[in-house]
Formats: sequence, structure tokens, C-alpha cells
Amino acid sequence: MTVSPPFSPAQAAATAEGDRMDVRLAGTWQITAPRPSWEGVRGAQQPARVRPTTDGVGKWDSSLLLFLFETQQWCRGTGAYFDGEALPEKIRTLLAQLAASHETSVPFDRSESFLTSVGLATQDTVVKGRAIAQFVGECVLGAIGLARSPRKFRWHDCFDEMQQCGAMALPIVSLVSLLVGVTLAYTGAIVLRQYGGDIYIADLIGLSMVREMGAVMTAVVLAGRTGAAFAATLGNMKANEEIDALEVLGIPPVQFLVLPRLLALGVMMPLLALYANALGILGGLIVAFGLLSIPPAAFWAEMLTIVDLSDVSTGVIKATAFGLIIGLSGCLRGLQAERSAAGVGRAATSAVVTALLLIIVADAIFAVVFNALGL
Amino acid sequence: MSDLVLPPPASANDPAIEVEKLQCGYDGKVVLKNVSFRVARGEIFFIIGGSGCGKSTLLRHLVGLNQPTAGAVKFFGRSFADAHPAARREVLKTFGMLFQGGALWTSLTLRQNVALPLEEYTALSAREIEEVATLKLAQVGLGGFEDYYPAEISGGMKKRAGLARALALDPEIVFFDEPSAGLDPVTSRKLDELILQIRETFGTTIVVVSHELASIFDIADRVIMLDRAHQGIIAEGKPRELAQRSRDPRVAEFLRRGDVLPQ
Repeated sequence: MTVSPPFSPAQAAATAEGDRMDVRLAGTWQITAPRPSWEGVRGAQQPARVRPTTDGVGKWDSSLLLFLFETQQWCRGTGAYFDGEALPEKIRTLLAQLAASHETSVPFDRSESFLTSVGLATQDTVVKGRAIAQFVGECVLGAIGLARSPRKFRWHDCFDEMQQCGAMALPIVSLVSLLVGVTLAYTGAIVLRQYGGDIYIADLIGLSMVREMGAVMTAVVLAGRTGAAFAATLGNMKANEEIDALEVLGIPPVQFLVLPRLLALGVMMPLLALYANALGILGGLIVAFGLLSIPPAAFWAEMLTIVDLSDVSTGVIKATAFGLIIGLSGCLRGLQAERSAAGVGRAATSAVVTALLLIIVADAIFAVVFNALGL
Repeated sequence: MSDLVLPPPASANDPAIEVEKLQCGYDGKVVLKNVSFRVARGEIFFIIGGSGCGKSTLLRHLVGLNQPTAGAVKFFGRSFADAHPAARREVLKTFGMLFQGGALWTSLTLRQNVALPLEEYTALSAREIEEVATLKLAQVGLGGFEDYYPAEISGGMKKRAGLARALALDPEIVFFDEPSAGLDPVTSRKLDELILQIRETFGTTIVVVSHELASIFDIADRVIMLDRAHQGIIAEGKPRELAQRSRDPRVAEFLRRGDVLPQ
């Protein structure tokens, strides 16, 4: 059995002789343990010459250097002479390094003037705007190329993505849509009951789900689920140089990676929105039957008096546009990701935020346009 | 961008690579300037230098992943850096590249990884493409691993699979970015032997970015050495001659360090 050597704490004792002070250092000096301070050792004395010795020091590390550096700096500040002759060579070398780095280190100023910040932000906005325009342009050209030679399209990848963003999203889309229908029905029932217009709950649910909520709620779910996944996948591929490998082979990443994902979302989003409409209406129907005692047949018949095919088609058009927005945001942010784990995370977050923002903007534009067209 | 749409035919006298006064950088920073060199056909050419001197940056500019801010790059006499996209695509077909980590597409099997360039650029049937991909994988010692995914194989195997993909179109030039990085000495040595074998079998021109001294002395015909402070080439020649005769202390320090002294 080995026995650990006894641990003696760091000690510093000062002996004054005229204007000279001898500082005898002893014990174990470790950065993780407390150490004496120069001010404490010196007390009220003002020596003109300080001479540290380390004869009694056992194990030592940066802790001892910090004490000696503190002493040396005090001497420099007061004009006293720091006599390091009695210190071992390696301590003197490290002390010289510490003093040199202390003198030469200049804090890196990252602050910018207001004008610089505005200029850089403007430049950044222009660069980002140009990148978005270029990316959308590449996607359009790629889509034209796909129409010309569909055999070269990666259909297998596209079907895989359809399964991922479509079939695999069914459970969450079902739950969200059903609950949106239930919530709408409960909210509507509060007002409609007061006027004896219970039956019009069917019109409220039908119209709001088909024209608005089905597409928007599905888009919100897919922005979080699929848009983020696209950005993370492409960002990771960029970090692993997989995108570079495509470019070196002369294969445009847009053609290989983006178009299959865009097509998959463009196809699956309207289908999911139609499915969400059905589930939302079902949720409303359940509440209407349970809360307002409206028979399902009456609910259905009333709903058909106001919801027609043009309402359904507006929802489908919106859903397709939202799908493309989610796909474009996810892929663009993924391809723009920095080559690091943090960069991939930021790309995923940015993809979701960009998609949600653009979905709301597009929804407002659709509302104005459909109103102008009388749809 | 030049008006060139189709590249002029390569002459047999043209060097494989010709770099004239190239300036490389990114985010407004200049990393390398006034870089000029030539690589002869069939040569094993190393770009060497300490960490952060711009070796990988130079390679990225050579293969077109980054656009040079000035200067020209020609492959077999054909302009590349400033060429029209159609002309660039023609040139791209003539070279392959092995990235540091292999850069295999993780959603594809090894065979599918090697097959993709063939699908893109050849009119071969699916069965023929499969056969060529299997052959290329066998050439790099990965016979039997065709249906493995990149996540299921080791780092060394990924590099070899990346090499098989780089060789898929039987390129005239193959670029290697730090081929020894992350590999043990034995695997690294095997990769060097593979590089020599490729050159000897197909006459391929090889450009390697590396600071692995063993590889430099073992397989390089000629090297250029880059320096961070100089922002360019500080030495060019045969590695052993440079190590023995260079009076530049930066070259001497780099090439004579450690136990790997030239015999």
C-alpha cells in the first residue's frame, strides 16, 4: 500500500532586514487550494527590495507563479527591486513568459461603430437577398430541366421524402386538426347559442377549416417537422463536405437534393391539408353533436350550403404554396449553414422561423388576392 | 466569365494543371496571392505547409469550390476558373477528388455512391454501372462491402470508398485533401501505396494536400510549400532536394523535423 506524502498548505513568511524583505515560500502550491496573497504577506511594510526563495516549496503549479507575479507587479508599481536570483531557472522562465504575455496582450475589440453596424447589416441583407433570388432561380431552372428530362430525376429520393413528410406526419396532423376543429366549435358555440343560431356552427367549422385552418395548421406542423429536418440534413451534409463532393462532380445540389424535397412537399402538403380539413370538420361535428345536439346529417347538410369546391380549391392552392415555402426555406437554410454542429442547429431554427414568417405573409397575400378575384 | 462555351481540345504538350498568379481568399480576406505553378501529366504533386497556411484553400480554389479573386487555372490547357458553366462541367468530368473525411453521401450505399457519377455522366445501363462500381470498390480493397452504408464502415474504409468514387469516371487528375488525416500509420501507408498504384496503372495525375512527412518523402515527385506569413509559395521542387539543400529556415524546419529525415 502506498502512502500519500503529507500535504502542507502553501506558506509565505516575510522577514524584513532594513529596506530589504526576504520572502520564504514553503509547502505545496496548488491552483485548486488557497494560497497566501502578497498583500497579506507584506502587511504595512514598504520594502525597497524583495527577495523570494523557494527552498521549502514541495509540489507547485501556476499558484506559485501567480503569487510571484503579484509580488513582481507590486515591485514594478512602487519602484521596489524584485530580486529573483534565488528562484530556480524554470520558475524564472515561466515568470518572464507571464510578464511578457501580460504586457503584450491587447484585448480584442469586437465593438463596432453605429455606422459600421448599419453598413454591415445592409450589406448582409443585400447578400442574403441575392442568395435567395439565386436559389429560387436555380430551383426554377432545375424544375424546367426536370420537366424536359424526367428520367434523370431522383424519383426514389422523392418518394422517400414523400413518405417522410406525408405518411409519417399523419399522426400529428390528425391530432392537431381534430383539436383545432374541437376548439373552433367550442368557441363558436359560445356566440351562436346566444342568438339561437346553433346550426350555423357547421358553416363556421366548414368554412374556416377548408379555407384557412386546414392549410395553415398543416403548414405550421410541417414547418416545425419537415422544414427543420431538411435544414438539419442539408446542413449536416454541408459540414461533412457531401455538398462539396456533389459540386466537384458537377452535379448541382439543387437538382440532387432540393428538387426531390420540394416536389415531395408540393405534392404531400395539399393532400395533408385535405386530410386536415376532414379531421377538423370531424372534430367540429363531434362537439356540435355532443354540446349542441346537432345531428351529423344536419351538420353536413348545413355545411354544404356554404362550402363549395372553390373554397376547397383555395385551401389546396394555399397548401401547395405553403409546402413550397417550407421546402425552399428548409433547403436554403440548410445549404447556407455554417460548417459546424452549432451552424446546423442555427440553420434548423432559422428554417422554421423563415417558413412561419413567409407562411403568414403569403396567407395575407392570398386573402387579398382571393377577395379581389371573388373566390 | 469568358464567352467560351466549349473548351478547345487539349494538346498533348499542355501540362495537366497550370496555375497563373492565382489569388485566393474568402470573406474579403486574402489568404494566398500570386500563386503560380504547373503540374506535369502523370506527376504526383504535393501541396505542403504548416497548419493554416492555405493548402486546403488553394485546393478548393483549384477544383472550383471557391472562386479565385484573381488569376487563372487551366486543366490540360483548358481555362477553368473563369470558364462558362458548360465548359466547367466538361473539365469537371476529367477530375475526381477525395475529401478529408471521404464525404460519402450517407443515404446511399457504397455502391450507390460510386455509381452516382456514372449515372450522371455516362450512358451505361444500370447493370453495367453496378459492375463498374463493384470493380472500383474492389480496386480500393472494399470488395464485399458494396451494400454497406457509410455509417457502417471505419474511417479508413470511408476514405477508400471516397477514392473509389473519385476514380469512378477514370479521371485524368485526382485531388486528395489530407488523405492521411485521422488514419493510423499502417492505413496511411496503404493509402499511399494505392495512390502510387493508381498513377502507375492509369497514368493519372495526382495532387495531394498534406503535411504528412512520411507520405511526402515516399510518394511525392514534386512539392510546393506554402507559408502563412508569405501568403504564397516559398519553395518548389523535389522533397528530398528541398530538405537537403534549401537555405530557407522555414522549409528546412518543416521538412527536417522529427525522425523522418530523408535518406
